[in-house]
Amino acid sequence: MSVNQHTHAGPPYGQPQPGYQGYQQPAYGGQPLPGVPHTQYGAYNGPMPGYQQPVPPQGSVRALPTSGAPPPASGTSLPSGHQGYSQFGQGDVQNGIPTSTAPMQRPPASQPFLPGSAPAPVSQPSTFQQYGPPPSSVQQLSNHMAGMTIGSTSISAPPPAGLGYGPPTSVPPVSGSFSATGSGLYAPYTASQGPPPPSVPQGLPLAQPPFSGQPVPTQRLPTEVPGFAPPPSSTGIGPSSYPPSTGPHPGPPMSGLHGPPPPTHPPQPGYQMQQNGSFGQVRGPQPNYSGAYPGTPNYGSQPGPPPKRLDPDSIPSPQLNELPPQQKPRHRIDPDAIPSPIQVIEDDRSNRGSEPFVTGVRGQVPPLVTTNFLVEDQGNASPRYIRCTSYNIPCTSDMAKQSQVPLAAVIKPLATLPPEETLPYLVDHGESGPVRCNRCKAYMCPFMQFIEGGRRFQCCFCSCVTEVPAHYFQHLDHTGKRVDFYDRPELSLGSYEFLATVDYCKNNKFPSPPAFIFMIDVSYNAVKSGLVRLICEELKSILDYLPREGNMEESAIRVGFVTYNKVLHFYNVKSSLAQPQMMVVSDVADMFVPLLDGFLVNVNESRTVIASLLDQIPEMFADTRETETVFGPVIQAGLEALKAAECAGKLFIFHTSLPIAEAPGKLKNRDDKKLINTDKEKTLFQPQTSFYSNLAKDCVAQGCCVDLFLFPNQYLDVATLGVVTYQTGGSIYKYAYFQLETDQDRFLNDLRRDVQKEVGFDAVMRVRTSTGIRATDFFGAFYMSNTTDVEMAGLDCDKTITVEFKHDDKLSEDSGALLQCALLYTSCAGQRRLRIHNLSLNCCTQLADLYRNCETDTLINYLAKYAYRGVLNSPVKAVRDSLINQCAQILACYRKNCASPSSAGQLILPECMKLLPVYLNCVLKSDVLQPGPEVTTDDRAYIRQLVTSMDVAETNVFFYPRLLPLTKADVDSDSLPAAIRNSEERLSKGDIYLLENGLNIFVWVGVNVQQALIQNLFGVSSFSQISSTLSTLPVLENPFSKKVRSIIDMLHLQRSRYMKLIIVKQEDKLEMLFKHFLVEDKSLTGGASYVDFLCHMHKEIRQLLS
Amino acid sequence: MATYLEFIQQNEERDGVRFSWNVWPSSRLEATRMVVPLACLLTPLRERPDLPPVQYEPVLCSRATCKAVLNPLCQVDYRAKLWACNFCFQRNQFPPAYAGISEVNQPAELMPQFSTIEYIVQRGPQTPLIFLYVVDTCLEEEDLQALKESLQMSLSLLPADALVGLITFGRMIQVHELSCEGISKSYVFRGTKDLTAKQIQDMLGLSRPAVPIQQGRPLQAPEQPVISSRFLQPVHKIDMNLTDLLGELQRDPWPVTQGKRPLRSTGVALSIAVGLLEGTFPNTGARIMLFTGGPPTQGPGMVVGDELKTPIRSWHDIEKDNARFMKKATKHYETLANRTATNGHCIDIYACALDQTGLLEMKCCANLTGGHMVMGDSFNTSLFKQTFQRVFNKGLNGEFRMAFGANLEVKTSRELKIAGAIGPCVSLNVKGPCVSENELGIGGTSQWKICGLDPCTTLAIYFEVVNQHNAPIPQGGRGAVQFVTQYQHSSTQKRIRVTTIARNWADAQSQLQHIEAAFDQEAAAVLMARLGVYRAESEEGPDVLRWLDRQLIRLCQKFGQYNKDDPNSFRLSESFSLYPQFMFHLRRSPFLQVFNNSPDESSYYRHHFARQDLTQSLIMIQPILYAYSFHGPPEPVLLDSSSILPDRILLMDTFFQIVIYLGETIAQWQKAGYQDMPEYENFKHLLQAPLDDAQEILQTRFPMPRYVHTEHGGSQARFLLSKVNPSQTHNNLYAWGQESGAPILTDDVSLQVFMDHLKKLAVSSAA
Repeated sequence: MSVNQHTHAGPPYGQPQPGYQGYQQPAYGGQPLPGVPHTQYGAYNGPMPGYQQPVPPQGSVRALPTSGAPPPASGTSLPSGHQGYSQFGQGDVQNGIPTSTAPMQRPPASQPFLPGSAPAPVSQPSTFQQYGPPPSSVQQLSNHMAGMTIGSTSISAPPPAGLGYGPPTSVPPVSGSFSATGSGLYAPYTASQGPPPPSVPQGLPLAQPPFSGQPVPTQRLPTEVPGFAPPPSSTGIGPSSYPPSTGPHPGPPMSGLHGPPPPTHPPQPGYQMQQNGSFGQVRGPQPNYSGAYPGTPNYGSQPGPPPKRLDPDSIPSPQLNELPPQQKPRHRIDPDAIPSPIQVIEDDRSNRGSEPFVTGVRGQVPPLVTTNFLVEDQGNASPRYIRCTSYNIPCTSDMAKQSQVPLAAVIKPLATLPPEETLPYLVDHGESGPVRCNRCKAYMCPFMQFIEGGRRFQCCFCSCVTEVPAHYFQHLDHTGKRVDFYDRPELSLGSYEFLATVDYCKNNKFPSPPAFIFMIDVSYNAVKSGLVRLICEELKSILDYLPREGNMEESAIRVGFVTYNKVLHFYNVKSSLAQPQMMVVSDVADMFVPLLDGFLVNVNESRTVIASLLDQIPEMFADTRETETVFGPVIQAGLEALKAAECAGKLFIFHTSLPIAEAPGKLKNRDDKKLINTDKEKTLFQPQTSFYSNLAKDCVAQGCCVDLFLFPNQYLDVATLGVVTYQTGGSIYKYAYFQLETDQDRFLNDLRRDVQKEVGFDAVMRVRTSTGIRATDFFGAFYMSNTTDVEMAGLDCDKTITVEFKHDDKLSEDSGALLQCALLYTSCAGQRRLRIHNLSLNCCTQLADLYRNCETDTLINYLAKYAYRGVLNSPVKAVRDSLINQCAQILACYRKNCASPSSAGQLILPECMKLLPVYLNCVLKSDVLQPGPEVTTDDRAYIRQLVTSMDVAETNVFFYPRLLPLTKADVDSDSLPAAIRNSEERLSKGDIYLLENGLNIFVWVGVNVQQALIQNLFGVSSFSQISSTLSTLPVLENPFSKKVRSIIDMLHLQRSRYMKLIIVKQEDKLEMLFKHFLVEDKSLTGGASYVDFLCHMHKEIRQLLS
Repeated sequence: MATYLEFIQQNEERDGVRFSWNVWPSSRLEATRMVVPLACLLTPLRERPDLPPVQYEPVLCSRATCKAVLNPLCQVDYRAKLWACNFCFQRNQFPPAYAGISEVNQPAELMPQFSTIEYIVQRGPQTPLIFLYVVDTCLEEEDLQALKESLQMSLSLLPADALVGLITFGRMIQVHELSCEGISKSYVFRGTKDLTAKQIQDMLGLSRPAVPIQQGRPLQAPEQPVISSRFLQPVHKIDMNLTDLLGELQRDPWPVTQGKRPLRSTGVALSIAVGLLEGTFPNTGARIMLFTGGPPTQGPGMVVGDELKTPIRSWHDIEKDNARFMKKATKHYETLANRTATNGHCIDIYACALDQTGLLEMKCCANLTGGHMVMGDSFNTSLFKQTFQRVFNKGLNGEFRMAFGANLEVKTSRELKIAGAIGPCVSLNVKGPCVSENELGIGGTSQWKICGLDPCTTLAIYFEVVNQHNAPIPQGGRGAVQFVTQYQHSSTQKRIRVTTIARNWADAQSQLQHIEAAFDQEAAAVLMARLGVYRAESEEGPDVLRWLDRQLIRLCQKFGQYNKDDPNSFRLSESFSLYPQFMFHLRRSPFLQVFNNSPDESSYYRHHFARQDLTQSLIMIQPILYAYSFHGPPEPVLLDSSSILPDRILLMDTFFQIVIYLGETIAQWQKAGYQDMPEYENFKHLLQAPLDDAQEILQTRFPMPRYVHTEHGGSQARFLLSKVNPSQTHNNLYAWGQESGAPILTDDVSLQVFMDHLKKLAVSSAA
């Protein structure tokens, strides 16, 4: 275990383990389970070792496993044994396999998936086993999917497991559901249970360890998602038996899976049992458990548990335990037994949230995005700037191909840092510009090697030796470091900025300060809805908050105003004028800017004229009857204006309708729902004319970034209108059916933030890498004119670029792999700068290392972007299939190469990827890939573009929304209530919940909520009086209301967009919409539930393996 | 002869008509032998303070192809209440309103003194006059300021109900909306793109909207006027507004880099102005007034590129076919001019710049529409300011001296046909029995449109005698011509002025002396000059000169008295005596000579020559020179270098310039300050006299002439020296051996030499 832990990241995952541990050992309290559990695990470990061993750090565990081929690889690597199981967590699997026990545990879990049916009664035992294993590998919660297998393969799979188990147990329990298969399996389990203890121990230990490992970073890797099968296993077990114990781990159930108890969990056997139990639809088996449990004190403690354990359902939540196990649907896999995002998040938070993340070490996996942590830059870029899918890169492309794990970095070059962290220092290398490698032009960074007494330096990327410029020369100390190492940010920090020289400027001229141009649709719709008036009012105050650099007195940004419908109106707001002047350009076919002087002005100088203009605009168009609008010419106008002013800048376009007026870029309504699920569906995502792409090119060349605020009442073809925004690095905001009362706050907040946020212009980003890998693909809102340079007319602090790397040679473990992301941009004061982010990664020759250093959130970010781009060219179905396929291959590869051998029926997931299935399912179910009937084409296009620029934190919450039980909030503390999993069955009729996904906030009110709460929160006396049209909560002076509102405010602060607040009353119409976000459930549009999907994945994996 | 001179003068005063021949040769053959065609100069709106307009409609001949207006030459049967058309001999009933006529109760149009009569008719709605200012903003600050002031001032001169509009241009064109409160609005167009009238109207929102059916608001009627008048507003309503707007006008803000000309989109600006009026007020009196301070440098109608290193085309370039933009630009402006003419609007061009401004290309805009063309050095000169002010001068009746949308119809008796017209008009292409197949000037029609005209506007109208030699006209037969001019008076009334004249026929073989005696050499000179200038527009200069020479020689051969081959015997009768001299000066005039003139200047001179009345035209051909000295009262002297004497002050009026030239001695005296000494007060008076006279001319002339005050040896003396007949040159100075006069450094032939040659050729039997 320890090993695992060491392995870094582990923590998050590790944490979950605790859960298990808890279960296993002393039950919950148990986590800590000091002595006893350990012993148990120990036992397991013993066996497990093999798996765990792989991970050198973890050391012991991994080492053991001979298989541990890759010692470091952590348990995962466990070659042989794992292979079979590969799918599943290594540990468990292995366990399972090796010992009959292990398998058994899983099986139960799995079963549900497969047939979903008969839970093997006995299975329980198997579960235990699984756990057992998990502990071992900790990371991988292998599930003995025996159960799973059962489902799928039915007999075949089971057999193995069965065999193992069979014997031991009595496992007759096989519930009907499992029926044939299951039963068989279970039987084995049960049997196993019996035996497990002995044998299992090994396996189990492994599994658990991972959990235990949680505490330790290392564990991550392994996280085998016991998920499938396991879920039942660990969780199931835990819960049932532990219910009480669960306490310790909030997420216990889940954790159970992961939760490899502390490495030590020797008592695995017990666990196994439990696990089995969890699966155990098998009531019958209970006995077994009991038997098994007996071993464990924990279990013992709870009398009830044993039986319950058997019942998978019971396992899920503590509460459930109380329910009569039988009542639960038998066939289901216990949702609590499958890996829980909540648990993982919580664990990571508690394990890694307290210590600053110090970036000095190569290849360190940072804490999860959901964890609050501080970063100390000691030579690598903060994870706020760069996150990678894996911090350990395979040395060869063969390995990379084999694993199918995409190597990608999610880069947010201008990310906002918390106030505690220091902004990148600005370095000025004088007239000759930044010091760079002669050959590859990499910028001076901490990894450059100074040689020959400091006279030259060797490039860390291409190894070319470059002369150190005289002015930059410095002596080296005895360690070969420059004496001024700590004085120079570029030698000691991961992120810093260079002041660019004129060579880095367009046309060899230093840029002028950028400009903001506000372009307001004044057609009938916009005027009538009050939008125009609102915008004008807001602009008056917002102009005082334009971004400024450092401590400058006033912003250097100049502003200009345009209104338009079928024609464009420019305004001369020169300070010397008494009244603004309006200039109408009706020649939309050939757009141009009618004035130069007076269009772009300094806000302070022209304040009165601007105010007068903004007062008059709503009046002037109050009686308009023009309903048609243009769009292409609007952008052209802005572009021309910036061209004329010879500066970069940003256009804020407020637009309401499909541009059907005769003009370039005129569009047709081509929305056609019939195309969905056909080969032509992709056309809905493609722009209907190439006009905007060409325009975008011009915009990028000029540094003209376009932000689009859309207020559609019907289809307006976001896919086409957004092209320019997208390619220029802008943002789209969409307010369908905009209504002043309900949407104004959201819009204004978005607008304010969008205007105020830090932004760079005319940016070019290049990512340089060590020889051996190369940035090959880029995702995000930008334009590329060649294959290496990412060009963005504008880049703000929220924009993220995902970069995929491919091997073009070998890497070496010694030197690792380096990334240097250089962003050349113009600051908001018009200063040309280079922002450099460096990141060093490890390289591995063992796949296990790869899997142990992965980050699922980042992976999902990449996969989502990849898939969302795919819909442009392929049918959505194909995109989904390839996503599933890729993930299956990733997991299969793990199972095959890293997990300890275990039953094929066992689903074994790497610790670090144990959430991959659940998140992937969320991606697959998202509106873009699987639209419901109420999702408009525009929504899909909008989301598609939105996601493409999201960072990891955003994709995380977007795909797996955060669900907070408000009624559980502690009104006295600042903290948020603990999140719960996104499933309807987690909701209680008596509570109020909040769900947020970065775009929306739902407040769900159960029908049985106490009147007092309703009164406190909504200011009405009964449930029926709650208005579902509220867009904000009433401000009421009571602790609960304050707390809820403060929570909402806090959430708003965390997100780059102001979320729309929707009140959902249980059993109300809107609840359908809300349920759409309960992503673990089956969706109405055909999206699979988490459990079902896990089964499906398992099946896929098994197919790959067979 | 006195009688003929009086007759001619009387006719001119009464009818505004001067014929080259006042007795007409009765056959085609003879007419052609007269060399100078039968033609007249018609000043349709000549001021007639003694002519009260009548308030009813003219009575027309009922023959569809005739429609001549009842006139004093018609035979009237008072009893039968019938009248016979004197052109087609159709007998017509008088309309019922004329029931009471009799010999003693005649309507005005039958009285002989009303050979010219004006009717005021009520037709159609009266629309106010429209003035659309098209203002170049690529000016120097000073110039722009001066122009703005002039424009602001002009608002007070406009009729109160006139509609005004403002278009400004530089790199872009702005059409200013004048009706708005608060924010001033303008529609902007780019200067590089030509737009069709429809596009312009669409873009200005002038096209009748396809009436979007808006529920609950069925009222469309009241909106339409609002729409069309957004850009054109009654001056009394918006003069404050417009004054402010003009006051805020800025120079074109687009940067002009060194070595470049500002981008000036005159072509498109004009096109938009034309399109705007075309869409809103077709066929009502409107002036587009273009103020430009330089050549168009971009877009359609560009005359020169924006590179300063490429100079604007010169005559030299044009001859070498080296003027890249000329043809295209000319075509652009011609198209515009024709459209404008079709709509009955006129275009004025006020071009003030030291360099050329492209008048050559733009001339047709003014020429075809009857607009003014003014050329100056700067808007900040009194030349421009006063000229511009004079556009709004009022005539004797307190009415603006401008009229619009005139339609001139000419009817002739059978023996005559109409060959064409030369003047600020366009053909209306109305064929008819009285239209000749031979064209002189703008022919092939009996009607022309003169979109803008004033009391001086004069057309040359050429006729052809078609009577065959063998069909003699009965004794006492008279040929008649009727001019019917329908126009919009400045008071917006529709008026019709009808002039009917008749002349005797004479048999050229038997009665040549009558014809000869009735020759109006002044009119003939101008008419021939117009033909020559008209030809010069399209032909090579030398060809035109040769043609003129040949005509002159033929005329001399025909009417001179001489012995063959004896030049010394050559004599011309008094009625022809001045004609050769006119031709001599015409040959040297800037209308035919381009040397020393830019293409713009030539266009400018020709423009004015083609529209001024006889007196002014003669001044243009042969400038007037007055001498002031102690030897006597001021006197006109020969336009000859011999008139330049040291003790004289000369005042020369060339129409375009007023030159005061102090002789050498006078200049010295002035320098010595004698004029300030009380004892030499007479000298002071002498100096003052020409100034006063010049002032008088300056006061009345339109356009305001360039005023030059110079002295012997002064650089500007060239204006004088280039005009006088170089009787003394460096070549013959000593031969003449006279001390008087000033030698002219030229190789041009002098009048004396010219006459010698003429005589020789005229008497030559070889010719």
